[in-house]
Amino acid sequence: MAIKFKGVDFLEFDTLLSDEERMVRATTREFIEDNLLPIIEQCNRDGRFPRELVKPMGELGFFGPTLRGYGCAEMNNVEYGLIMQELERGDSGLRSFASVQSGLVMYPIYAFGSDEQKDRWLPGMAKGDKLGCFGLTEPDSGSNPGSMRTRARREGTEYVLSGEKMWITSGSIADVAVIWAKSDEHGGKVRGFLVETDRPGFVAKDIHGKWSLRASVTSSLSMQDVRIPAENLLPKSSGLKSALMCLNQARYGIAWGAVGAAMACYDCALQYAQFRKQFRDQPIASHQLVQQKLVWMINEITKAQFMLLQVGRLKDQDKVRPEHISLVKRNNVWMALECARMARDILGANGIADEYPIFRHMANLESVKTYEGTHDIHTLIVGSAITGIDAF
Amino acid sequence: MLRPNGPVARCWVKILVCMKQVPQKDAPLKLNEGGTWIREDVSYEVNEPDAYALEEALRQKEKHGGEVVVITAGPARAQQVLREALAKGADRAIHLEDDRFVGLDAFNVARAFAAAIKEDAFDLIFTGLQSDDYGYAQTGVLLAELMGWPHATIIMQIEKKDSGIRVKRELEAGFFQFVEMPLPAVLTIQSGINKLRYATLIGIKQAKNKPMRKVSWDDVSGAVGENLQKVEKLYVPQKTKKTEYLEGSPAEVAKKLVDKLRNEVRVL
Ligand SMILES: Cc1cc2nc3c(=O)[nH]c(=O)nc-3n(C[C@H](O)[C@H](O)[C@H](O)COP(=O)(O)OP(=O)(O)OC[C@H]3O[C@@H](n4cnc5c(N)ncnc54)[C@H](O)[C@@H]3O)c2cc1C
Repeated sequence: MAIKFKGVDFLEFDTLLSDEERMVRATTREFIEDNLLPIIEQCNRDGRFPRELVKPMGELGFFGPTLRGYGCAEMNNVEYGLIMQELERGDSGLRSFASVQSGLVMYPIYAFGSDEQKDRWLPGMAKGDKLGCFGLTEPDSGSNPGSMRTRARREGTEYVLSGEKMWITSGSIADVAVIWAKSDEHGGKVRGFLVETDRPGFVAKDIHGKWSLRASVTSSLSMQDVRIPAENLLPKSSGLKSALMCLNQARYGIAWGAVGAAMACYDCALQYAQFRKQFRDQPIASHQLVQQKLVWMINEITKAQFMLLQVGRLKDQDKVRPEHISLVKRNNVWMALECARMARDILGANGIADEYPIFRHMANLESVKTYEGTHDIHTLIVGSAITGIDAF
Repeated sequence: MLRPNGPVARCWVKILVCMKQVPQKDAPLKLNEGGTWIREDVSYEVNEPDAYALEEALRQKEKHGGEVVVITAGPARAQQVLREALAKGADRAIHLEDDRFVGLDAFNVARAFAAAIKEDAFDLIFTGLQSDDYGYAQTGVLLAELMGWPHATIIMQIEKKDSGIRVKRELEAGFFQFVEMPLPAVLTIQSGINKLRYATLIGIKQAKNKPMRKVSWDDVSGAVGENLQKVEKLYVPQKTKKTEYLEGSPAEVAKKLVDKLRNEVRVL
């Protein structure tokens, strides 16, 4: 088996892409095929994040690709999306790492940070020399981040942070954490703070026993009276809205990423179905029920691609709304998960073995469905946008 | 581009890399109506040895300074190989753009290239060892002849010397040959000579602003003549294999087998 992946393009999607967009995708695909695919199953077994890929990814320009200046590649949003798609065709864990680094750490520093903060962090983060994490979720505060308990109080020239963050991607490998906390000085409003992870009182512990995103680091962060200089406040962050703006960046990339995972599953199932023979020495692809599954997949992947392209172009024109991004995150992760399940089914027993990528994608996508706003929370965001009624 | 006059600081290597767009390696091929070549509706990619030639040129430039120029002859679609080369770090590109370039034999492609670059002054011209489609391995060699330059083929290594270059050629059966030669020269590069780089995202952005010179059919048609070589017929190999069962007792089967091996297959 294993015919080289050629992309999934049923409706001449590629004709809507520019030469540069196709080249960006090709570079990412090549990088992933040469460097991640040969090691990913072992990483997944070992629960190991392939950190050795971070520097080369930085050299290629994969971090903060849409930002202007600071050594960033100045990509448009479709190019950014295609990068995410190809990373996640490899593995959702590596894509998650890149989403956090770019959308949840570099972006808030870029959008809400002071010039000093940008100069200090962005060039190193673009190169992959410095890593970041994003601390919003807490043990008792998930879908409703407004209920967070982490606090920041002002003492002289410092802020003192206390609280627990949970399910934090890259928590224990980060040099800096973007921590969202209620600030006493600002009337209890949520603000973003840059916390260097080597500050006394800051402890990151990895969460073990995950069945999903095993090739990505997920940690809990504990902060007991962590003192940071007052200049570490992200000056232009104001309220939860700022945190949600970051999530919008990352969710947009996730919506593309999910298509990459779906393509990997579809490609594998299609090849398998054409080669595996059952009954009268015929390939299983000759059975109507198998074809129906493959058709469902190509149909959903194709729809997802065109929605993404439109959202990406809107984003480039600054016309995208949060509910647009919710629509594609919700739809695409759902359809990717369904594709993974159908592909698993088509592979029969082989579908559960890690010789094939499908089960890993399926397990990964369960996290992707939950993080960055669960599927149902995105339903409520779209629902609120069309009815004008909040139903959270 | 005109050759600079006067005391311009001359960089060591000014390298031209000839690159070809060929059908993707594992693309399903369909024959054209005349059965003389394949249909246009396949996926294309850069000819593999040419990618190594480009990589080697970029490495030489990084070591010694200079300029890397890429050239191709082919229809509009062939521009993609030049864009990729620019994204990887080539400085400028020359595109001989016309559908008619597809049907040229190696001699005429070499003649078209020679005509297109007559105002440039290169120290080195690299081609891939051969193209993955026609597989002639002639374009570089013929181009050297037309330029009146020395050439060396199947190059595995290039080293700068005071007098020119020292190159390592791959021979048969694991043998290598080292050759010293003066410049300018033409080298045909073997796949695997180096490790290919990826186009970086910043490189892809910058490529857009790099010069791409278009050369039309009319610009070079005076230099091009009748094809000396032409594909008469292209066909999928016909299956001639047939299986025959020998029956009888082991002794009889052995006897029949020996007879066949001796008289039909003639291997005994
Ligand atoms: C691998 C992984 C990595 C993560 N990385 C990060 C990270 O880097 N940074 C970070 O801050 N967080 C991270 N998260 C956390 C993630 O964002 C949260 O898990 C997510 O927001 C959901 O929160 P919860 O798990 O507390 O679920 P809950 O909020 O408890 O939700 C549980 C269920 O209840 C439903 N529900 C909740 N409220 C409503 C409602 N009003 N109406 C209907 N249904 C509702 C949800 O849809 C869901 O089905 C990560 C999570 C995972 C699994």
